[in-house]
Amino acid sequence: MTTYLLTGARPLGGDPTDMLIADGVVAAMGADARRGGADARTGGADVVVDAAGLVLLPGLVDLHTHLREPGREDAETVESGTRAAALGGFTAVHAMANTTPTQDTAGVVEQVWRLGRDAGWCDVHPVGAVTVGLAGERLAELSAMARSAAAVRVFSDDGKCVHDPVVMRRALEYVKAFDGVVAQHAQEPRLTEGAQMHEGVISAELGLTGWPAVAEEAIVARDVLLAEHVGSRLHVLHLSTAGSVEIVRWAKARGIDVTAEVTPHHLMLTDDLVRGYDPRFKVNPPLRTAADVEAVREGLADGTIDTVGTDHAPHAREDKDCEWGAAAFGMTGLETALSVVQATMVDTGRLTWADVARVMSTAPARIGRVAGHGRPVAVGEPANLTLVDPAARRVVVPEEQATASVNSPFAGRELPGRVVATFLRGRATVLDGAPVERGVHV
Amino acid sequence: MSTGTPTSTSGGSDPAHAAPGTTVLGADDIARALTRIAHEVVERNKGVDDVVLLGIPTRGLPLARRLAQRLEQVENVPAADLVGSLDVTMHRDDLAHQPTRTIGETYVPGDGIDGRVVVLVDDVLYSGRTIRAALDAISDLGRPRAVQLAVLVDRGHRELPIRADYVGKNLPTASAERVRVLLSETDGEDRVVIEGGVR
Amino acid sequence: MRHLLSAADLDLTEAVRVLDTAAQMAATQAREIKKLPTLRGRTVVNLFFEDSTRTRISFETAAKRLSADVINFSAKGSSVSKGESLKDTALTLQAMGADAVVIRHPASGAPHTLAHGGWTRGAVVNAGDGMHQHPTQALLDAYTLRRHLVGDGGRADATGRDLAGVHVAIVGDVLHSRVARSNVQLLRTLGARVTLVAPPTLVPVGVHAWPAEVSYDLDEVLATGPDAVMMLRVQRERMSSAGGGFFPSPLEYSRGYGLDARRLAVLPDHAVVLHPGPMNRGLEISADAADSPRAVIVEQVANGVAVRMAVLYLLLAGGEPARGRDDAAGTPAAEGQERTEMRTDETRTHA
Repeated sequence: MTTYLLTGARPLGGDPTDMLIADGVVAAMGADARRGGADARTGGADVVVDAAGLVLLPGLVDLHTHLREPGREDAETVESGTRAAALGGFTAVHAMANTTPTQDTAGVVEQVWRLGRDAGWCDVHPVGAVTVGLAGERLAELSAMARSAAAVRVFSDDGKCVHDPVVMRRALEYVKAFDGVVAQHAQEPRLTEGAQMHEGVISAELGLTGWPAVAEEAIVARDVLLAEHVGSRLHVLHLSTAGSVEIVRWAKARGIDVTAEVTPHHLMLTDDLVRGYDPRFKVNPPLRTAADVEAVREGLADGTIDTVGTDHAPHAREDKDCEWGAAAFGMTGLETALSVVQATMVDTGRLTWADVARVMSTAPARIGRVAGHGRPVAVGEPANLTLVDPAARRVVVPEEQATASVNSPFAGRELPGRVVATFLRGRATVLDGAPVERGVHV
Repeated sequence: MSTGTPTSTSGGSDPAHAAPGTTVLGADDIARALTRIAHEVVERNKGVDDVVLLGIPTRGLPLARRLAQRLEQVENVPAADLVGSLDVTMHRDDLAHQPTRTIGETYVPGDGIDGRVVVLVDDVLYSGRTIRAALDAISDLGRPRAVQLAVLVDRGHRELPIRADYVGKNLPTASAERVRVLLSETDGEDRVVIEGGVR
Repeated sequence: MRHLLSAADLDLTEAVRVLDTAAQMAATQAREIKKLPTLRGRTVVNLFFEDSTRTRISFETAAKRLSADVINFSAKGSSVSKGESLKDTALTLQAMGADAVVIRHPASGAPHTLAHGGWTRGAVVNAGDGMHQHPTQALLDAYTLRRHLVGDGGRADATGRDLAGVHVAIVGDVLHSRVARSNVQLLRTLGARVTLVAPPTLVPVGVHAWPAEVSYDLDEVLATGPDAVMMLRVQRERMSSAGGGFFPSPLEYSRGYGLDARRLAVLPDHAVVLHPGPMNRGLEISADAADSPRAVIVEQVANGVAVRMAVLYLLLAGGEPARGRDDAAGTPAAEGQERTEMRTDETRTHA
């Protein structure tokens, strides 16, 4: 196996050090890194990566990715989506259940898991549907999925809310048997019939049916109380409103076992972007107000929100190249997530790089019970690592991304930071910002 | 040739170097010309019983009103009963080549123009295209017994088989030149100026 | 003006110009020969993704009175109703040489997407999109208001005038109404004061940002003596649970927000009653009110043709100013009143 010497990297943004990667693990750090060989420059490593000034993070873990396969391979495949993930610095992603067929049986989750393993860009952990066909009525065979080769631990009807309180209660209880977690897409369906964008001043002006904040907050409030009642853990997906942040903050203070996620786009974008009726900005939950953006940033900074999940939602061109009302909800995000977090949280002084490692790697790995990821950057740990150049700047060009879809809301924006290298169990999936095909020796 | 406000109409392809205008008609000249035309109209039509003066906005209209005042003095017919306004914008053949034009007012005094003699009044006769548009506009309003044309200045360069029945002044010009009629009603003074070209 | 997508596209000068142009158009429509050659050779496509015979006929009449060729394209009911079809339809129309596309669409923003999607080079006129905008309706309402409240019913010259000082009450289903949205913006631009009157369920969240007052009490607003009352259509299905359950019953709605003879009598003598049609007699407006001499509802229809003629004229009649050699009117300084006074053939071959 190729060995790598990273020189001058800054683990979690700290002091520069060298690191030797060999046999899938961090073999040595500091002065020890070069002792493997006679050559003082390479220390015996096959490849030297000049990491001076680069920040070294544990490989990023996404709890919220839509890979679209099986069913919508025109929008994304496991291969294209995980390649995009590697380029975005991810070493593990959770593939959401709303595929066709739905990931609601052991057979389908195993298929997705194998596709991920075969692609080899990052670990793919399929999310199991909570209810059969995401219909919200009958629990899927959660235990079978948990005990399958895919070893599913995260269950979600994402895209739809488990709105029936009894079904939600049963799901929360049931997953305790295998240490699973229910990840809720919090959206009260009756309050959001026909909803097209955040309900407020802009929706009133544009004549688009509103998606009120309360439709999210009502479910979040109900679910934290349910989780408390049955003593289960709950993960709230894509928190988007100030009210939701308040409720989660309250729940945590009360000792409820709840974790919460925010997406990169809810950290940066606001509902006034809808004014041009550009479907790239159509997403669910919708872009909210500037006050909500401030609240989720604050929530992420103070630990109320545990993770950043991309909600990477690729869509075929025809589903976005149309009028707003007919367009699909969703945005791509794997290849921009870290840059958006840097821009909104790090460059603003609200998070350190160590915090970024927590919210984009450690916490999601813990919530998803993903072994070997989100570990400390230390000798002996699996070499799942990401090297980031925080000084780089780049303009987002969706057509140049690895994802098969172009529906990035950040198209044309200049963002800071660039993923220089990604290592999956010691193997480089990305070097010099470019993907490394498996089997290619570098 | 109604050419709008002075700021927007300084002649020449390069307004900054436009030659200062040469005044070819003064206020007295204009007044005399209009008086003569008024008499010619009366003479030709043996009175003004059936005559309607239709001025073409912008500057044809005040000229028509002035003619009507003279006819009132000569023939004792209220000027207001003689004058109308004929906007030709919607009949023009060059709309697609110009910025959008504001449509002027069209009104006809009395009982319309059927069977009457319409005297079209405009400031400058040049290519004849305005008058062609005017003839079309008239046919939408009714069927006059005859249509005549009175202009303050005929500068030549006709592009259509159209001629004036009453001309205040024939003014030979080069096509590079620009003829501006200024009237007190619209411009604060009475004067006809030639600008641009090489004289 | 390249497109007319929203009433907010028009500033005061432009709005007054449309109304003035409409007045001249209206004058031509009183003649025996109503057809003008103005838009000969131009093609106007009526692209209707939603049934609206009235609006389509109004635009069709307007285009034909100006001698444009009219193609009616009804996409309703055919398989052409999904998103990609708007693009494909637009590309088809472009290939057919549409100079203007008049579009009615159930999705808010569809005209905006059509105008900015790079699918068509023609002018886009919004003939109503979802709950968003219906700018020509607002213009014809403003024209009608100006004619009555400023022009004394046509006895005085309203040319160049706005609606400063006029108070208009807009009553009914504001939430779902593109007519209300367009009118609030345009009337405000023209200097009028607007009061929206509706049950709280039919007022959008976010209305506080609109340049209008909001009241839940029609009688209270009528007592302040508005110069005009504009009744909005209310769909009966809004009361059902499936329709959103916005009000308990038609009867309860009529009691609170219907314009009937009693309420009509409260209005000042000069006040007029408008309705964009089609009316639900007995729901938002009683027969007494609809047929009263104050109702200018039928006149609105006639004015609609004149206003749409004006809009088509202003969007289509002008061309790119030919710069340089043979066009004095193309001088950059020329604009608005100035350039429009330059009207002669003479200027064209002149300087």
